Amino acid sequence: MVMQLKMTGAQALVRSLEEEGVEIIFGIPGGVLLPVFDVLYDSPIRKVLTRHEQGAAHAADGYARATGRVGVCMATSGPGATNLVTGIANAYMDSIPLVAITGQVATNLIGTDAFQEADTTGITMPIVKHNYLVKDPADIPDVVQEAFYIARTGRPGPVLIDLPVDVSRGELRYHRREHPVLPGYKPTLKGHKKQVRLAARAILESRNPVLYVGGGAITSGASAELRKLAEENGIPVTHTLMGKGAFPESHPLSMGMLGMHGTRCANYAMCETDLIIAVGARFDDRITGKLSEFAPKARVIHIDVDPAEIGKNVRAHVPIVGDARQVLKDLNAAIREMRSEVQSPDRSEWHALIQSWKEKYPLTYDRGSDTLKPQYVVERIHALTKGEAIVCTEVGQNQMWAAQYYKVDRPRLFISSGGLGTMGFGLPAAIGARLGRPKEVVFDIAGDGSVQMTIQELATAVLEGAPVKVAILNNGYLGMVRQWQQLFYHRKYSCSCLQRERTPDFVLLAEAYGAKGIRVKEPEMVDQAILEALEAPCPVLIDFWVDPEENVYPMVAPGAPLYDMIGDLLYPVDKVHPEKAEEPFL
Amino acid sequence: MKHTLSVLVENKPGVLARVAELFARRGFNIDSLAVGTTERPDISRMTIVVDVAEHSLEQVRKQLHKLINVIEIVDLDPETSVARELVLAKVKVDKDSRSEVIEIVDIFRGNIVDVSPESIIVEVTGSSQKLQAFEDLVRPYGIKELVRTGKVALPRGK
Repeated sequence: MVMQLKMTGAQALVRSLEEEGVEIIFGIPGGVLLPVFDVLYDSPIRKVLTRHEQGAAHAADGYARATGRVGVCMATSGPGATNLVTGIANAYMDSIPLVAITGQVATNLIGTDAFQEADTTGITMPIVKHNYLVKDPADIPDVVQEAFYIARTGRPGPVLIDLPVDVSRGELRYHRREHPVLPGYKPTLKGHKKQVRLAARAILESRNPVLYVGGGAITSGASAELRKLAEENGIPVTHTLMGKGAFPESHPLSMGMLGMHGTRCANYAMCETDLIIAVGARFDDRITGKLSEFAPKARVIHIDVDPAEIGKNVRAHVPIVGDARQVLKDLNAAIREMRSEVQSPDRSEWHALIQSWKEKYPLTYDRGSDTLKPQYVVERIHALTKGEAIVCTEVGQNQMWAAQYYKVDRPRLFISSGGLGTMGFGLPAAIGARLGRPKEVVFDIAGDGSVQMTIQELATAVLEGAPVKVAILNNGYLGMVRQWQQLFYHRKYSCSCLQRERTPDFVLLAEAYGAKGIRVKEPEMVDQAILEALEAPCPVLIDFWVDPEENVYPMVAPGAPLYDMIGDLLYPVDKVHPEKAEEPFL
Repeated sequence: MKHTLSVLVENKPGVLARVAELFARRGFNIDSLAVGTTERPDISRMTIVVDVAEHSLEQVRKQLHKLINVIEIVDLDPETSVARELVLAKVKVDKDSRSEVIEIVDIFRGNIVDVSPESIIVEVTGSSQKLQAFEDLVRPYGIKELVRTGKVALPRGK
């Protein structure tokens, strides 16, 4: 019989977190969480006090994305918990392992509209993988163990634990199970053998195959197997925003990102391919464009750990439920085994076609311009960090330029809010990423609109020794909103102008927080500013005043098919604009 | 097309809310939903009748499966399963109509569970179609109140 230690609920929580190997918690205390923070004070777990609970959730999310570990955030009941909601939804949409712990009013007060009471489990139900309202202190060790197990396995996601204050104060005899007991939760990791063989045959028989890679490939650590599959079979690769880094972007087989702001090459390839091999991607509307005209010639192999994603938007001819790495490993073996029995068509024409698209339609912008172009700033950050920095982004134009011009060759270097599109994600995520990987250079490529949504986390960065570098591509607008208004709403810039001349002074703001601020208005000053930021031991904010009306191109207009790309040098937008404006779109 | 899903769930607080929320959020229509205990105290059975196309049914099943507390989902084939529903109907009667209504109740092998001078409460069990037929027959007499349980079902044999 193992000695079962008597302790309080709060002690059991912290002990359970320690047993899960938690090294860092992002959060803010409050009334009903005081018993927990009292115990945390004496725990070796690092506590990072953010300035807003949304910052705590995003920092835990950024930490999780950068390290592959479960991120942990904590907030008090009521407003603390509701402030976490955006961050939890963000992690849910991007399948990020997160455990959120919220305080709750005492069990006898639940349902009475008590002070700082909110129905946290009810509010978060649609945006978590699972959640718990703990009513008995004795349940705490099992609940924490289950929460971490659920968060990190299968298709990862956020799990919330709501902890009433009397449960934290109550007593229990600590006992931890060897394994969590979850009769309804058994993720399928190994792909069905017959399906894998079907996929192998389809790949061998395909003339124009494309690998379409999403965030699942990064989550499962499938990069090595992915590269084998691509190289051994000469399959061109395109990636989603979430899949950036799963396959080296400098690789000759990489076509870059696809979708709304993807490369022409990648989008044209989707229109022409006869076989899509989807790895951990979910055919989101930003990827497919007009669904009825998506990849009209293609059969689809869909590999995903979540069966509900397969066949949801696009019919899968060969569905394979399983962990991407495991399935690709089996698939590579099956292909090698079957290669002699199946006659493979010659793919040289396909490669030549793709090469010609790449050469004809590179991502580009007006490089000769005297004005400071945002793409140039991203290119210089890429060059001066040798593409080795962890790059977080905000959401909107800054995000798309970062995705287009900061090319990465390894997973977990590019961190961005994909599914939810949360402005304000980048700065706290960068702090979390840096605290998780303290040896790395971490940039937040930001917009002036987005960054102001969580700018208070500069205080966290300063105090916690997270010298992140915030590069604001300051165009004085909610840039992507302005771009859509320009293209689809007759240039009526309704509520999208932020008036950068008047406020804020980002340099002064950075200094007010104890960070370093640099302003850049000339292209020739860009390198010096970036180098200065890299050398500074503290957080640095660089306020790049870029061309205010620069657009992200090329672009598939919402609701348009992938081949219909507008607005780069080939199709100047002014020519496209009038008829586009009349078309209905999503 | 109507499908009857038999869903085994862990008997834990909030499970019904999770299932209901999922149907609402994903835009699936529930025709009826009945929850009750099973032979095991830690497991409940939900019998859910949904009206969806084949493609959506697949999504319903897969999304339901993602709920941690859902253990098993069976799409019950009417050929190989038994389904029952219960109705309680308070039917208006007077001296003249009482015997006629009782006759109808007998035909449907129902029971009269409450009698008052102006009405009787009738209990009838059977398939949804049978209950519908019963309802249609007594409606002319005047249905004062009525409640149906929603379908419960089990697969045959084994």
